[in-house]
Amino acid sequence: MNRIHQALQQDKKLLSIYFTAGYPHLNDTVTIIKELEKNGVDMIEIGLPFSDPLADGPTIQESSTIAIGNGMTTQLLFDQLKDIRKSVQIPLVIMGYFNPMMQFGMEKFCQKCAEIGIDGLIIPDLPLAIYEAEYKALFERYGLHNIFLITPQTSDERIQQIDTISDSFIYMVSSAAVTGSQSGFATEQFAYFKRIADLKLKNPQIVGFGIKDQVTFIQATTYQKGAIIGSAFIQFLSKNPIKNISKFVKSIR
Amino acid sequence: MKYNVNEDGFYGQFGGAFIPEMLYPNVEELRQKYLQIMNEASFQEEFQNLLEHYVGRPTPLYFAKRLSEQYNTKIYLKREDLCHTGAHKINNTIGQILMAKRLGKKRIIAETGAGQHGVATATVCALMGLECIVYMGEIDIERQAPNVARMKMLGAEVRPAISGSKTLKDATNEAIRDWINNPTDTFYIIGSVVGPHPYPDMVARFQSIISKEIKSQLLTLENKENPDYVIACVGGGSNAAGAFFEFLDDENVKLIAVEAAGHGVDSGESAATSVLGKIGIIHGSKTLLMQTEDGQITEPYSISAGLDYPGVGPLHAHLYDAKRADFEAITDNEAMQSGLNLCKTEGIIPAIESAHALAALAKRTFKPNDIVVVNLSGRGDKDLNTYINYFKLSE
Repeated sequence: MNRIHQALQQDKKLLSIYFTAGYPHLNDTVTIIKELEKNGVDMIEIGLPFSDPLADGPTIQESSTIAIGNGMTTQLLFDQLKDIRKSVQIPLVIMGYFNPMMQFGMEKFCQKCAEIGIDGLIIPDLPLAIYEAEYKALFERYGLHNIFLITPQTSDERIQQIDTISDSFIYMVSSAAVTGSQSGFATEQFAYFKRIADLKLKNPQIVGFGIKDQVTFIQATTYQKGAIIGSAFIQFLSKNPIKNISKFVKSIR
Repeated sequence: MKYNVNEDGFYGQFGGAFIPEMLYPNVEELRQKYLQIMNEASFQEEFQNLLEHYVGRPTPLYFAKRLSEQYNTKIYLKREDLCHTGAHKINNTIGQILMAKRLGKKRIIAETGAGQHGVATATVCALMGLECIVYMGEIDIERQAPNVARMKMLGAEVRPAISGSKTLKDATNEAIRDWINNPTDTFYIIGSVVGPHPYPDMVARFQSIISKEIKSQLLTLENKENPDYVIACVGGGSNAAGAFFEFLDDENVKLIAVEAAGHGVDSGESAATSVLGKIGIIHGSKTLLMQTEDGQITEPYSISAGLDYPGVGPLHAHLYDAKRADFEAITDNEAMQSGLNLCKTEGIIPAIESAHALAALAKRTFKPNDIVVVNLSGRGDKDLNTYINYFKLSE
């Protein structure tokens, strides 16, 4: 059984953390991953920075711009992660936009991920139809899970389609928004969380966008398996040293 | 229809809709409905009526006698500069606002670089009484104060894009983010033949009025529908798409797409995407774009704000790839000299974008009987400061 499936089978709500590789400093990547695992985080999304992250808000756009300015590249990320599986056991997922991966070469990208022990990819701007027609076989060959997003506007029919093609979890965008732009959840989100839970999908869902503290984490995991924190963690890193990550994680649970 | 978009939204290997799931419902709704709506008789009637009485169409196809003598050929200028708001941009915003209304949208967003598309969008929003928000790079807001003022007078809200390089590509990112945040009541009026399918095709169709008119005007003037050459400048490529559209499948009509070389193609300060770009994804479209080895999108340069887009519409990438169009790169200086030349020979002050198309006339030899149509996409009022500074006209 692979690491993502193992994590999803645990009898608890999962806390997943996103950070941008190369931020705040170029070589912080491995230190941040180790610190997050040490403090009980269940899964990590490593952000591959892109100059034009369409689905992200100002916080992640800013951390991406800084990371690129620091000299972060796709090759460097793979170099940094080379020995990560000697010490880190939790699932690691790379989240990035399609263009940098395309330029690196999709096959080579998948191959590197497999060598390192990356478990899955989240590529917001790689559409379902293109993935299915051109990349699914490749991902499977390298044992990589492709994780799809759904939003409150996604039709039930399309959710079923995404559930069928997925084999790990579904990334459930909490509300119609880019990352980092919400201020707490309202009745309509709870209705959406429940609606999706009631669909009894084969893949568990992990909620992202708008989770920033204990309250929103508990709210987001009322019906779902886990939640992802991104922008709030980036903001924490912008003001606090990496050794204080334990404080951030403890403030969530 | 060899060069038109296919069912999946691709022109050859270019195009598609590489969008985050958050945009899927909106883009899919548009994809399913745009052709049907555009073909409705009531839509066509309203569109044509506004083009005639509000925009001022048909625009003249003017035989430029003295310019023709200079180049020893027959040059016609398609006078898009005489459209309301000063450029071809309004053909598209009229079309898209009618589309938005038929889709029941209440709120309009747009991106703008130099401000021409922003002004054209603000104009049609005022005309239709719809809320209008225009995203514009913070740096462009400083550089283009008169257009910012125009948009405000027309009732639009101008929001600065403060992320990334703070120019057109970032304004586009911000408009897309706004659309993600407002998925039900908002319509995004894209200003060029860029973005996810169906935008490139929809915008090209709205702009195709340019080549339709060229055909019928040439029939009257020259007793034949087809010119030998059509020349147009390309940033994202909407005026070129419109000027080429009806001639795409007629391989006897030579198409010349003119890009901005800035300080020179190899200078590091250029916007000649066909030469400097590689295939990649920008704003939801697979096309040629200027980027680093690592796939980060770079900032182009041109003296003309309307041409410094790091990508090019997927139709043009395909025309380049299939060698259907010839691509020329014109430097700042060549364009500025050609702009000034048109002032002196024909009494027309062209937009600097259009001056790039004019400069391409010197790049090849035409026969005396060749019919050469240059799409004069916009007028130069907005560029007066740039002309003044470049030629030191205030000294």
